[in-house]
Amino acid sequence: MNEKPKLRLAEPVAPTPPVGTSAAEGLSFRGGRPADLLIRGAHVLDPRADVDAVLDVLVRSGEIAEIAASIQPPDGAEIVEASGKHLFPGFVDPHVHLRTPGFEYKEDIESGTRAAAAGGFCLIVAMANTNPPVDNSGVLQSLRMRAAVEAHVPVGFSANVTKGMAGAELTEMADLAEAGAVCFTDDGLPIADAGIMRQALQYQRLAGRVIALHQEDPALTKGGVMHEGAVSAALGLAGVPPVSESTMIARDALLAHYEDARIHVQHLSSSQSVEAVAAAKQRGVKISAEASPHHLSLTDAAVGDGTNANFKMNPPLRTEPDRQALIEGLRDGTIDCIATDHAPHAAHEKEVPFEQAAMGVTGLETSFSIVYSDLVVPGVLPLALVIERMTAGAAPLDLPTPLVAVGEPANLALVDLEARWTVGEEGYESRSANCCFAGREVGGRVQLTVASGVLVYRARSFAIQEVGA
Amino acid sequence: MASDAAEKVVLDHDDLRRTLVRIAHEIVERNGDRPFALVGIHRRGAPVAHRLATQIADFDGRVVPVGEIDISFYRDDIGRRPVGEQPVVHSSSIDFDIDSHVIVLVDDVLYTGRTVRAAIDALFDYGRPPSVQLAVLADRGHRELPIRPDFVGKNLPTSADERVNVRMQELDGVDEIVLGSTDSPMRAGGS
Amino acid sequence: MRHLLGICDLSREQIERLLDRADSLAQLSERENKKLPTLTGRTIVNLFFENSTRTSSSFDLAAKRLSADTVNVRASGSSVEKGESLRDTVQTLSAYGPAAIVVRSPFVGAPGMVTRWTSAAVINAGDGKHEHPTQALLDAYTLRRRLGELDGKSVWIIGDVMHSRVARSNILALTKLGARVIVCGPPTLIPREIESLGCEVSFTLDGSERADVLYVLRMQNERMRDTFIPSLREYAARYQINGDRLGAKQLLMHPGPVNRGIELSPDVVDAPQSLITEQVASGVIVRMAVFYELLAGRGEPGSARKRATAVAPTREGARG
Repeated sequence: MNEKPKLRLAEPVAPTPPVGTSAAEGLSFRGGRPADLLIRGAHVLDPRADVDAVLDVLVRSGEIAEIAASIQPPDGAEIVEASGKHLFPGFVDPHVHLRTPGFEYKEDIESGTRAAAAGGFCLIVAMANTNPPVDNSGVLQSLRMRAAVEAHVPVGFSANVTKGMAGAELTEMADLAEAGAVCFTDDGLPIADAGIMRQALQYQRLAGRVIALHQEDPALTKGGVMHEGAVSAALGLAGVPPVSESTMIARDALLAHYEDARIHVQHLSSSQSVEAVAAAKQRGVKISAEASPHHLSLTDAAVGDGTNANFKMNPPLRTEPDRQALIEGLRDGTIDCIATDHAPHAAHEKEVPFEQAAMGVTGLETSFSIVYSDLVVPGVLPLALVIERMTAGAAPLDLPTPLVAVGEPANLALVDLEARWTVGEEGYESRSANCCFAGREVGGRVQLTVASGVLVYRARSFAIQEVGA
Repeated sequence: MASDAAEKVVLDHDDLRRTLVRIAHEIVERNGDRPFALVGIHRRGAPVAHRLATQIADFDGRVVPVGEIDISFYRDDIGRRPVGEQPVVHSSSIDFDIDSHVIVLVDDVLYTGRTVRAAIDALFDYGRPPSVQLAVLADRGHRELPIRPDFVGKNLPTSADERVNVRMQELDGVDEIVLGSTDSPMRAGGS
Repeated sequence: MRHLLGICDLSREQIERLLDRADSLAQLSERENKKLPTLTGRTIVNLFFENSTRTSSSFDLAAKRLSADTVNVRASGSSVEKGESLRDTVQTLSAYGPAAIVVRSPFVGAPGMVTRWTSAAVINAGDGKHEHPTQALLDAYTLRRRLGELDGKSVWIIGDVMHSRVARSNILALTKLGARVIVCGPPTLIPREIESLGCEVSFTLDGSERADVLYVLRMQNERMRDTFIPSLREYAARYQINGDRLGAKQLLMHPGPVNRGIELSPDVVDAPQSLITEQVASGVIVRMAVFYELLAGRGEPGSARKRATAVAPTREGARG
C-alpha cells in the first residue's frame, strides 16, 4: 500500500521540553492486564504489514508474539476460535468528541472510549471544543489524569489553536504541546481570521503538532443548517454552500505552503473540497485530510422532510456527486483516512426542529459497519483499502500506526463480516443515541478489540474458550 | 357500482316512471293550495326531486321550487368511518324562502332513518318551514329512529344483509331499482 | 389523509377533493346560520408559536363554524428557550384530548414532529420557510373559482421567494393542478435549485405581461437589513406591481398583509383584478374543508375500538 511519508519536525530551537516531546507521549490510557491470547483461524488482513491470509495470531503479554499458520496453544493463553472471522489492525479515529469537560451529559471519557472499543478502535483523538475548552495546560492535564483512570482505549487530547476558541489570540501552543496535546484544533469552529491562522502556522515551528482544521467560512454559512441545494430549497432551510468549505481549504493550503507548515483538513464534505486538497498535495503542501462514514454513505436526500435532526451535522450531507468524489478521494489517497467526527448530543438537543437542533452525529460504534456495508459489500472499494484508511488517522498526527506484525503492541480488531445487526437495536455504548444510521441493518460486527496490548472489548455473544483450566 | 349476478330488478324503467307520477299526484293532493317545495337529499334524492317537480309541472302547471341538501356535515356517524370513502357532493342549494313553504324532503331509499334525521337538522339551519314531509322511492324497513314516510313508491321488505340500489338516468344511465345481496361486510356498511 | 403537513404530501386528486369539499361549503357561508354541527364535542387546539392574527383567527372561525371547541395557545418562540420544549408543550395540550392540533412554528418541520407526540390530527399553519399548505389551498380555491381549471394557466410568483413558505406551497399546489409557475425576484432572494420544485425562474418582470395571475409576496423590511437587497426603493422600482404592470385581464393575488408602496402600489390593491379580499374570505371555507376531511372520518382519540364494534352492520345500505 502507499507508504505515508514520515513527517519530520524541524529540530526544536527551544530547549527540549521534559514531557510531551512526541505526540505519542501525550496518549492517555487506563491500561489493564496485558493480554495473552491465541486468536485461531481468523483471516488476518493488514495491508501495511502485507498480511492477507488465514493465520493464527498469538498475543503474549500484550505483544504480538507469533503469526503462523498453526500455533500450539501455550499455557495461560485464552483461545479465541475465530474461524470465519477477520482480524484487522485496530482502527484509529483522529476525530472524536468526548464532550468532557462541561458536557458530560452527552458523553464522557469512560463512555466515549467504551463506544470506541466497541467499534474496534484502539486509538482515538478527542476534540477540544469543551467547556471550558482545552485552551490551557491545566485543563489538558486534568483530562489526561482522568483518562489515565477511565479511558478504555488510548486517547490523545487535542488543544485549541485560539484562546476560548474565539479566533482572536493564540493559545500557549508550546506549553500545551509540552503538556501532551497531540494536535491543535478549534474544531467545531473555523479559524476565520487569516492572520491568526498564519500565526498559528508560524508557531507550529516551536510547538510542533499538526493543526487540524474545521473548514468553514462563517460569512458563507451564516444560518445554514444543511447542504444548499434542491432539498434545502424545497424545505426552506438555509443552505450551507460547498464553497464555504473549499475556499477555506484553498486559503489555508496557500498559507501552510507559505509558512512550510502542516495542516490536517477535517471532515471533507464536497467534491470541491476534495479537488482543493488534491491540488494542494500536487503543489507539495503538507496537507492531510479525512472523511467521515456518514459523508461517504449518505446524501442530503436523507434529510427528507426535515423532522429528524440526526441528519444534521456540520459540514452537512451533500449530493451524490459529492459523495462519489469523497469515495474517489479516499481511493486515490487524496483523503488519507476515515474519521467519525463522533459528536454525541442528548435527546433533548436533537428532538427539536431541525433549525434548532445541535449539529453532529455519533459514529464510533457504526464506523466500520457502515463503510463495510456501503462501500466494500457493493464492490465500490476493496476491503484492504478500507482497512488501511480506517487505521491511517494516526500518521498525520504523528501517532503510532497499529500494525499486525510480530513484536508490535497488540492493536487488533476481530470482526465478523457475516454478522448482520440493526443499529441501535440493543442500544449504544455511547451515552448518546444521535446516530444517523439508527434502525439500519448493516453487515460486519466487531467481536473483540485489543488496544495497546489490553483486551478492551468483547461482544457479549462472542464465546471465549479458556484453555488449560 | 358494479352490477352483480345476484341482482334482482324490483322496479324497471316503466315501473319507476309510474311510481314517480303517483307520488307527484299524492304530494299535490296532500298539500292542496299550500305553497310547497321539494328538497332532494344528495345524491340520488336530488334527481328524484327534480323528476317529481317535472311531473307536477306537467299535470298541474305549477312550478315547484326544488332544492338540494348535502347532509355530509350533519351525519351522526362522523368519526366512525373513513371520510375518504365518501364522495364529495355538490353543495346544498336552497334558493327559496323555506319559512313560507311546506318542505317535502325527497330521498331514494328509506332505511334506518338516520339520513333523514340529518337532512331535517340541515334543513332547520336554513329556517323554520311550516311543516316537513318525506317522500321516498323505496322503503326497505329496519328503522332505527321514529321516522315515517309520507309518500312511498314501494315497500321493499329486506333483510339487513341485502342491498337496495336505486339507479337514476341522470347519475347511472338507467332507471331501475334492484335488490342484491351484499358481497362483503364493507358493502353492507354502505358508502 | 391523517395530517396536513404540506402540499408536498398531496396528490392532485387529494388537492382537488379538498377544493371540492370547500365548494360544497361555500354556499353555507351565505346563509344566516353559518354553523354546522359536524364537529360538536370535538376540541381543536390552535398552537401558534408565531404571531399571526389572520391565520389563527381563520382557523379558529373555521373550527367554530363546525361546532368544535377551540383552545388557542399562543406560545412565543422563547418559551422553548425557557426550557419548555415543543414536545412538552404538545404533550401537555394533548391531555385535553384534541381531535386536531393546528401548529404554526417559526421552524421547519415542527408540525411533522408534533405528529409523533400526539394522537390528534396535525395541521400545518406555517412552518418556518417551508410550507403553508392551507394558504396554498385557499389560493388555489380562489383561483379555481375565477378561472375554472388551472391547467395551462400561467402564474408568476413575485418577490422574496427564499423566505416564503407561501411561495413553496403555492409552487407545489399550482403545478400539481397543471399551472405553469414562474418565480421572479432579485437573485439574492431566489433559492438555488428552486426549479426542482417544478417552477421556472426569472430575475426580471419581462414576460409577466403574459401571465394569467400575478401572485405577489410580502417584502419584509428586515431583508434589507440582512443585505439581501440594496434598498427597498430599488426593489420597488424593479419588482413592484403597479397599475402599469398589471394587465386588465390579469388577476392579482397577495397572501397579506400588504406593504402598500413596496411590493404593490396602493391603487392595485383595490383594483378589480385584485383577489386579495376573496383570498381572505376563502380561508375559512378551505380550513373548514381541511378539518372535515381530516376529522370527519376518525373517532375521538382512544375510542376507535369501541366505535369499530358499534358501527358494523346497520347503515343506510342503499345510499350510494
